[in-house]
Amino acid sequence: MKEIEVNTTTINFGPQHPAAHGVLRLVVELDGEVVERAEPHIGLLHRGTEKLIEYKTYLQAVPYFDRLDYVSPMCQEHAFALATENLLNIEVPQRAQYIRVIFAEITRLLNHLLNIPAYAADIGAVTPFLWCFEEREKLLQFHEAVSGARFHAAYFRPGGVHQDMPEGMEEKLNAHFETLPKFIDDLEELLTNNRILRQRSVDIGVISKQEAIEWGCTGPVLRSAGVAWDLRRSQPYDAYDKVDFEVPVGKKGDCFDRYLVRIEEMRQSISIIQQCLNQIRSGEISVIDNKITPPKRSEMKHSMESLIHHFKLFTEGYRVPEGQTYNAVEAPKGEFGVFLVSDGSSKPYRCKIRAPGFAHLQTLDFLSKGHLMADIAAILGSLDIVFGEIDR
Amino acid sequence: MFEDLKKITELSSIKDKDIFYEASFNYENTLKLFQELKNNELFNFDQLIDITAIDYPSRKKRFELVYILLSMKKNKRIILKTPINENDSIDSIIQIFKSSDWYERECYDLFGIKFNNHPDLRRIMTDYNFEGHPLRKDFPLTGHTEVRYNDLEKKVVYEPVKLTQEYRDFDYTSPWEGMPKGIDDHNEQD
Repeated sequence: MKEIEVNTTTINFGPQHPAAHGVLRLVVELDGEVVERAEPHIGLLHRGTEKLIEYKTYLQAVPYFDRLDYVSPMCQEHAFALATENLLNIEVPQRAQYIRVIFAEITRLLNHLLNIPAYAADIGAVTPFLWCFEEREKLLQFHEAVSGARFHAAYFRPGGVHQDMPEGMEEKLNAHFETLPKFIDDLEELLTNNRILRQRSVDIGVISKQEAIEWGCTGPVLRSAGVAWDLRRSQPYDAYDKVDFEVPVGKKGDCFDRYLVRIEEMRQSISIIQQCLNQIRSGEISVIDNKITPPKRSEMKHSMESLIHHFKLFTEGYRVPEGQTYNAVEAPKGEFGVFLVSDGSSKPYRCKIRAPGFAHLQTLDFLSKGHLMADIAAILGSLDIVFGEIDR
Repeated sequence: MFEDLKKITELSSIKDKDIFYEASFNYENTLKLFQELKNNELFNFDQLIDITAIDYPSRKKRFELVYILLSMKKNKRIILKTPINENDSIDSIIQIFKSSDWYERECYDLFGIKFNNHPDLRRIMTDYNFEGHPLRKDFPLTGHTEVRYNDLEKKVVYEPVKLTQEYRDFDYTSPWEGMPKGIDDHNEQD
């Protein structure tokens, strides 16, 4: 019998590894330094969010969405709010729609301002990390100003947003987004033509159009492969149909294209925010229906009915008509969807969360085959993996 | 497109819900249906967005398996549902949609639904050696075991869940409107 010598090494990467972007365990089979197989083991951050939501009222479920992809909290609340509103069959007022779009875009900036430098740090550049964290801090102040929390905002609620923007906020936003494009230019100067970054990312982890669709890729990963698909454009929600923006696409679908798409998306986000700030008018920030949104604090001081509404909303919660829906938003990482089933009570019967990173991480084995071990870090970084949403 | 779907795929129960179509199908011809939906130029449902399930313990066929597909060319989604029992198994669609791999593993892990011809049907979300299927309605929210580091044995140990206080599932549904069924039911369950 002929003997075949198998000369592969199996390496365990993670679960505690700085380049794993969280708790990822990878079992990598190597032939020399070339990756033959990379098998992700996920679930180390599984907290049973979907199960927990089944035991909470619709309002109490909102904060769980902040904790999924903790880098872009508000976009996920957005998907849940849209799904609940769809079942309740309500439409939120204009001002709330604009506020949501502004903050969804700020969240997108926050996400990309973390992913780009983290990716750069994975492949050897440390300076952008420090620069971007300063910028992130400035944006987080806006989060804090409207919701009181920097990350876990619970700001987008079914029916609108929690509270109006404080006075003077629009001017502050305007002033800030005047200066931000300059920062992105500086960031690009540091990275885009950097020889090391190019050598580490051009032609690494290439995915074609067809393969990207086949593997369920969405967001920047899909667009970098050349598919101009953006839910904000093709299935607009809230005020996205009232703003004008471009959808950047890549040509090759490699790590470098994914980086470029994200940089351009940041510029588009700034433009969307500026347009919204021009169009936004004063008005209500949530539906005026005390069966769904709580009454104003001042009303509760003298109206018994308001007090009862408040009490009922925060104990029993509102009931949602029986039905099923799937609503998706273009989160910074891709299509984030919520499949919501209501049985007519005040708690969701089933809430399935569709996380973009879950599909992206699944392609890792395919993307890294034939590359060097060190490229796995680059590919992981360019896919924008956050375990909060993958493990749920 | 709606009429074509009705005619070609024999999805008689299809409904147009504005942002998506919704239909139920018979899981015996799963492969044929998905093949048709993906490859027929009239539909082009070429991206699998998600596979999930809903547990209805009181129904004869306990689970409802849900497939969500997206057609980028037609800008339309379709949600396909099929009832399936605990002991039944459904054909894996992995040959048609590569991305169904992890989604099917997740359904298997969290609900215990088995997929035929799946090359690697292992648990994905839960711990190694985990027992039970957490998203079933009869699985308790607290789980059955808890983990802690045992300093004497110098290792992580699994123990049955001990609650210092009874788990409180408040049923707020209008407690003042007479004695509602919620409160009575509760005591019987305990």
